[in-house]
Formats: sequence, C-alpha cells, structure tokens
Amino acid sequence: MNTLFDGVEPMVYESGISVPYNWWAGDTASRFFAGLRDERKIWGTRCASCGTVRVPPRKACPICFHSHSDWVEVSGQGVVMTFTVARRQLAAMKQSVPVIFGLIRLDGADTSILHYIGDVFPEAVRIGMRVKAKFSETRKGEIRDIAYFMPCE
Amino acid sequence: MGKKRVAIVGTGQTHHKSHRPDVSGQELIREVVLLALTDADLTIRDIDAVVIGNMDHFEGINYVDCWSVDGSGAFMKPIIKLTTGGTTGSTLAIGGYHLAASGLFEKVLIIGWEKNSESDTTGAITTAFDAVWDRLVFAGAISGLAAEAQAYMAKFGATERDAARVSVRDRGHACNNPYAQLRKAVTLEDVLTSPMLADPIHLLDVCPRSDGACAVIMAGEDVAEKITANPDWIWATANRHKYTYLGDVNWGELDSMAEASKELFAKAGIREPRKEIDVIELYQPYSFAGIIWIEDMGLIERGKGAEYVWSGATDMGGELPINPSGGVIACNPIGATGLIRCAEAALQVMGKAEGRQVPDVNFAVSTGFGGCMWTDMLLHGRQKP
Amino acid sequence: MDHTAIIGVGMTRIEANKQSDTFADMAWEAVNLALTDAGITIKEIDNVVTTSNDFWDGRTISCMAVSDASGARGKNASCVEGDGTFGAFYGLTRILSGAYGTTLITAHSKGSESVSSLITNAAFDPIYERALGLDMITACALQARAYMHRTGTTPEHLAGVSVKNHGNALKNPLAQIPLSLCVADVLQSEMIADPLHKLDCSPVSDACCAIIIASDERAGRYPGKPVWIKGVSFCADAYYLGDRDLSRAGSLTQAAQNAFKMAGVTNPAREMDVAEIYDAFTYQELMWLEAMGLCDDSRAGILLERGEFGLNGRLPVNPSGGLLSGHPVIAAGLIRMAEVVKQLRGEAGAYQIGGARRGVAHGVNGLCGQSHCVWVLDKEK
Repeated sequence: MNTLFDGVEPMVYESGISVPYNWWAGDTASRFFAGLRDERKIWGTRCASCGTVRVPPRKACPICFHSHSDWVEVSGQGVVMTFTVARRQLAAMKQSVPVIFGLIRLDGADTSILHYIGDVFPEAVRIGMRVKAKFSETRKGEIRDIAYFMPCE
Repeated sequence: MGKKRVAIVGTGQTHHKSHRPDVSGQELIREVVLLALTDADLTIRDIDAVVIGNMDHFEGINYVDCWSVDGSGAFMKPIIKLTTGGTTGSTLAIGGYHLAASGLFEKVLIIGWEKNSESDTTGAITTAFDAVWDRLVFAGAISGLAAEAQAYMAKFGATERDAARVSVRDRGHACNNPYAQLRKAVTLEDVLTSPMLADPIHLLDVCPRSDGACAVIMAGEDVAEKITANPDWIWATANRHKYTYLGDVNWGELDSMAEASKELFAKAGIREPRKEIDVIELYQPYSFAGIIWIEDMGLIERGKGAEYVWSGATDMGGELPINPSGGVIACNPIGATGLIRCAEAALQVMGKAEGRQVPDVNFAVSTGFGGCMWTDMLLHGRQKP
Repeated sequence: MDHTAIIGVGMTRIEANKQSDTFADMAWEAVNLALTDAGITIKEIDNVVTTSNDFWDGRTISCMAVSDASGARGKNASCVEGDGTFGAFYGLTRILSGAYGTTLITAHSKGSESVSSLITNAAFDPIYERALGLDMITACALQARAYMHRTGTTPEHLAGVSVKNHGNALKNPLAQIPLSLCVADVLQSEMIADPLHKLDCSPVSDACCAIIIASDERAGRYPGKPVWIKGVSFCADAYYLGDRDLSRAGSLTQAAQNAFKMAGVTNPAREMDVAEIYDAFTYQELMWLEAMGLCDDSRAGILLERGEFGLNGRLPVNPSGGLLSGHPVIAAGLIRMAEVVKQLRGEAGAYQIGGARRGVAHGVNGLCGQSHCVWVLDKEK
C-alpha cells in the first residue's frame, strides 16, 4: 500500500474460537432420533394441509406454514436422487476418503434425506439406484444411528 | 423523515426462558412469527420480505438467513440477515423500516432470536474484539461495562447503591410483564449482597441470558391503517456504532448515545425530550447504565442521573417511566433483545401493553446497545409523522 | 423505483493471502479507491453499510473490525451478513427510503485466515445434518451431478467454463489466478468430489470491495460517472437440500424475473450486453445462466462451446475472470457489481466488452445457491 511499512516483517498471530455447543433438538427431532435409536424406524411428518411428507420431520410445514402435522412411518428403502464421491480429504469430513454422500428419497416421503451411501463401489453408484438404510449397531439418538444407505433390489 | 411513512402493525414475543429444550432454533423462530402474524391478523402469504438476525456464534450456525427459512416462512421470499452484536435487535428494526420505507416491500417481517443456552456466551462475545490488540485482555461484555461504571463513579461520585435502585425498579417492573424471564422483585439489599462479578457490578446488576425470540411486522402507510386501527408510526431512527478498539472509548460517558439521541430528536423536532417523550424502553444491560445513559440521552444534566432515578421519575406512575417491561436485566435473548425494546415501545404506543401500560403514550423511544459501546435508537409515535 | 446510481467503485487485488493486511487495511484501501473514483470525500457519505460474515472472520460482530476504516464512526451505520449484493441492496433501500442521499457499502473476507471446509460445514443444520461432515464443495458436487443428469451437461462443458474464466483473468490485473488452460487440463486436475475437479472449483481468497450508491439528485452533484440501477431483487429457496430440486434454481429464476421486470427488460438473453455471475464452481455459471433466462434451459454448455459467452460472444459472461479466478467470499457479489459498472463506463481495460450499455450482476448466499440477488444496471438513466 504505502512505503511506510517496507521491510517490516508481517507477523501472524494464531488462535481459534473454542465455543462448545449443545443444541436443543426440540421435541420433533427428538422423536425422530428416538425412532432411529429405539425402533430402527424412520419417522416423517405429513402436513395436514398440503399433505407433503417430510423426512427429516418438521414441527410445521415450512411452505404452507400450517401447524398441524401427523407422524408417518416411512420406508427404510428409497431411491438415490443425487450423490457425490468425495476424493479429497476435506477438513469437515468424518471418515477417510473415498466417502459417498447422497440425497435419498425414501418410499413414502416427498423430500430426500442427506446421508452416506456405503457397501458399494463408488463407480457403481447411480442416480435412480435403490438403497436401504443400514442401522448402526450402537445407536445414540443422532443422525449417524443410520450408518449409511446400501444398495438393495 | 422518509418518503413513505412506516408503522409497526403487529408484534410477537415468546415467553423468554433460561432454556427452551422443547424447540430447535428454527421452531423457536416459527413460534414467534406465528405470534406476530396473529397479532396483526395476517398470514405468511401477506409478508413481502423478511429481515432476521441473531449473533452467529451463540448458536454456531452459518448463513442463518438461509437456514431459518423453514421457521421464518421465507420460502421463495426475499430474506436478509443483519447482525451487529448486542444492537442486532434494534439494527433489525431499523433495517425493516428502510425496507418498508423504500416502497419496494409493503409488509416486512422482522425477526430477532437467540438460544443463548446452547453455548458459552462469554466465550462467544469475547471474539467480538480485535484478536491482536484487545481479545487477550478482554473478559466478555462485563469487563467493558465495569470500566464504564468505574469511570463514571470516579467523575461523578455515584455509588453501587444508586445503581441498585435501577435494578430494583426494573425487576419490579418485570413483575407486570408475562414475557419476561425473571419475574421476581428484588430489594436494594438483595442487589448489594449478591455476588460481585466485576467491581462494581454485582450479579443482580446485570442481565441474564435467555432463549427467546421477538417478531415485529412493519407496513407502509398505504396499508398500515387497514391492518390495524392504532399503528405505531416510526418517526425517526438514528445510530452510532462508534469505536472499534476498547482503548478509544470515552469511558464514563456513552458518546454513541449522546450523538444518536441528538440526531434522533432533531429529526423529529423534539426539543425537550424529558417532557415530550412519554416512555422509554432502554437497552440497559446493567444497572449503572440506567443512571449514566439517561444523561447521555439529554434527559437530565450530567451527574444528576442518580438523583433523577431516586426521585421515582422513571418508575411506573412517574414523569417518564423507563423499562415498563423490566428491560434487559429481567430478560436477555441477545439477538432479540433490541427488537423486544422496539416491540415493547410499540405496545405502549398502540395501547396494548396490558398490565405494564403507561397511560396516554404519544411518543416512545426504544434503544439498542452492544458492540464497542454502540447505540441504536428509534422514535415511535401514535400520530402519523 | 426512484432513479439511483452507483457513482464509485473500488476494490483491492484478489489474492490467496494478504499477509500484510488486516480486514481494516483492506477496507481502508477499497473505500479510498471508491471515494476517489466518485470524486468525493468521506464527508459526502451519508451512511455506511458493511457486509461481512462472523464465521469467515472468526469474529462475533465482524462488522466492528472495519467500522472505523469504512468511515462509519460518526455516521449512521449497519451491517448485513451475507453476500455483498445483499449488503448493497440494504444500502440502496436506505436511499430509497428518503433517509440518506449516499450510501457507502463495503464487503470483505480473508479466506486465508480460516479453514473453509469447517466454515461451510457450519451452514449445515446441527441437528439433522452437520455431523455427516459435508461442506460447500461436497454439497455443490451433489448439485452439479443433479444438474448434469437432468440437462445432459457434460464434464467437458463444465471444463469449458474454467478455461474461459481463467483465460479472461489474464487480462484482469486484479485477478488472483490467470491461467491458460485447455479442457483436458481441467479434466485431469485432481478430483475433489465427483464431478468437481480442482479446476472446477474457485479458490478461497482475500479481498475487499466498496461501492457508493447515490440518489439521482446527489449523483448529479459529483464528478463520478454514474451507472444506473434499473432493477434489483432477491429470493431464497427452501433450506434443506433434500427439500429442493437441486437441478433447478427456482429462487434465482424468481429474483431474475423480478429484477428484469423492474428494469423493463423483456428479453434478457438479447438485451443484456454483459453478465458477471456467481461462478463459485464451473457448473454454477451454466446453471445460473439458464435459471436467469439468459439462455434456454439445458443449453448453456452447448452455447459456451460455441463461444457465445466468451469475450467476443453474443453475451460475454464473467469477462473479469469471475470467482473461478479469485473468490473472496462475501466480497464476491459486490465485485460482480463493480465489474459490471466498469464495463458500462468503458473502464474495463483489456477485458472491455465494446459498446456495453446494460449488464447484470449476481450474488449468492447459502448452500448450493439457496438465496440469490440479481442487479440490472444501465449506462443510461
């Protein structure tokens, strides 16, 4: 910029933000996670006004803003709507590459769930492929109680 | 001011609590949006734009305008996020005003929210300050406030007891407010014997931290009076986000309040605020501010703030009630707090403040505070400007 | 909408790591350039809107860092958190409301000071999604695949965007990554997340941009060459990726339709002379062009191959080199606006599009282009 600071060593100060978080899941999400953990079932909500079935479930319909939603069990099976095979080890990733992420439209749901696709060669994954949920052996009431979605007929 | 006059036509707020385990952040937002829509007798379809804010690091969510769409009703609508720290709520109110006054949007939904229980409040606030110069010696919001109190006390001889009188007032007022988090009155002795946090500030001198949300609907003059028979007109807004470094601050006087209020009152033609303003919702995060900042606002001369408060002038029934809602000391979901001040001022003007109503309100002032001793202000009026 | 104009623009160079500059230093540089460009001093600025993001800056109340350097100390000021196009929108409303005659808008970030993957991972919902470990790149890879599947757009088409934009950057002294590439170079670059290769992705950069908007009356008082704001709109899609059809950008279509309608533009593909749009990834340039109606659906890749969007094409897109050549998040959209301003004034130097009179600038906020802001600018009032 100007010559005043020529020859001055640019110093770098290293730090980080360490703020721990505990997010309240709320009653709706809690019901969903209890379903994964205790029943190995996937629950969605259907808007009583427009009939949209959403997974993950919502307390209220985000589009018609209607309060009343019914719980509906959706199938653990569905279709891959889109996917990606991550090859570079990006900082946010929890496992070693390759990792396959996908959006899966479960039978009975009108929205897709974001999750992993596993037990398959990356090259074999296709849009339109049918997959089913594989539950983790140890489940804690969180999204990774589903380990991944795997190919099925 | 402004070519298109704008009024608040509805408000909503949640019952603020120390924590809300029953709802996620998106659900809390939806709850308050529904309350405001119900108050204004509108549906989400009537809303033309949404303005939303919180302080990111309290909930650890990036791009909150985008994330909130499920709860804010902003699906296929324009939504924009404003955030300026503690002043966020009042910054949002000012933002909504300009969006409506621009004529581009007829009805604007403004949402302020916070789930402070989800994180370490002080840890997050500390990151507001410059990493190289200030952060290492800064211990959260309270250290700046303690410095201000000490400086004022040294100049003008005020005491902890004077400040405690402010806490007693606000905690007493909060008993009339069903939305406030803390609804138990305190005595002078309670305040003075409560644990010392940062000399001279005791526990009962400062705000709690809360989970809560507030929503305000503003409308342009073409429709405001069709929506409600008694809209709250926004007469003027003014703010100063003065100071970036703690070392620059003029400790003991709130410069940003002094400058903003001069501008605010001048814009509205108010010459004697103490006489012409009927009620103030002051963003007062700690009790000493209730003595110092009313001087900066030009209500009373420098050094006379304590005397004015002791006279009862700022109590309900007094000449100029301050914080009929109980203010920030009774309730503080930070991203919402400034907007709650605005909503409470609106309720006063609209005559909807129920058990905390000040009679015959013509003009009300709401303020926001935060950042590095920053101030936002809005002037609300029953008449159309 | 009342007549308003952009009367000054200024930006720093876009670099991988501005080690000698703090946020305030960058703002100081950009603001002074904008003031000089407009031929005014900070005194003629009525109010200030800064644009920043607390996560990217690692700082709660991130606006505080640039407040003094943006001349905000004695003025009414506010801050938008989102892309610079949104900050500029708010700055515009503060003039349209009648409150102020001039607004200074800044937007900045220093990608070098953070780990972008963690920052964009934080955009995912903490309850249902964050733990899966996606970030902006993997999310956009999902969208790229969905878009390619629906439209038949090929990896070669995507690569063509990278070749064009990095090539355009050779003529832009402020761009970070000018490169002479061929399609094979892109396809052979490291696969990050299928189908996105390294050269399909923008970098994460450091920069700051500042623009000054004025009312008609004030624009007339100052020497800066005004570029007129004819239309502007923004719109957000649903939040959860699974709620959306990722192969389409419905919220962009709506924002663009509104903005063009305000501007009296009935055939944007024909009437726009230049476009600076948000190419955070190669596929996005193609997808956004179609969604905005600047070309027919599913055709952008083919038209690109034919040269339609090159510097000598029917509609030059990102003549500056776009984000692929340098991507300071948050500042990105404001820079798009500044670049269109330069084009419409005839000040774009080696990458000037001859005879450019009307242009469109575009910015994005959120994952996979959830929220879009579109500006239509004109040389004439």
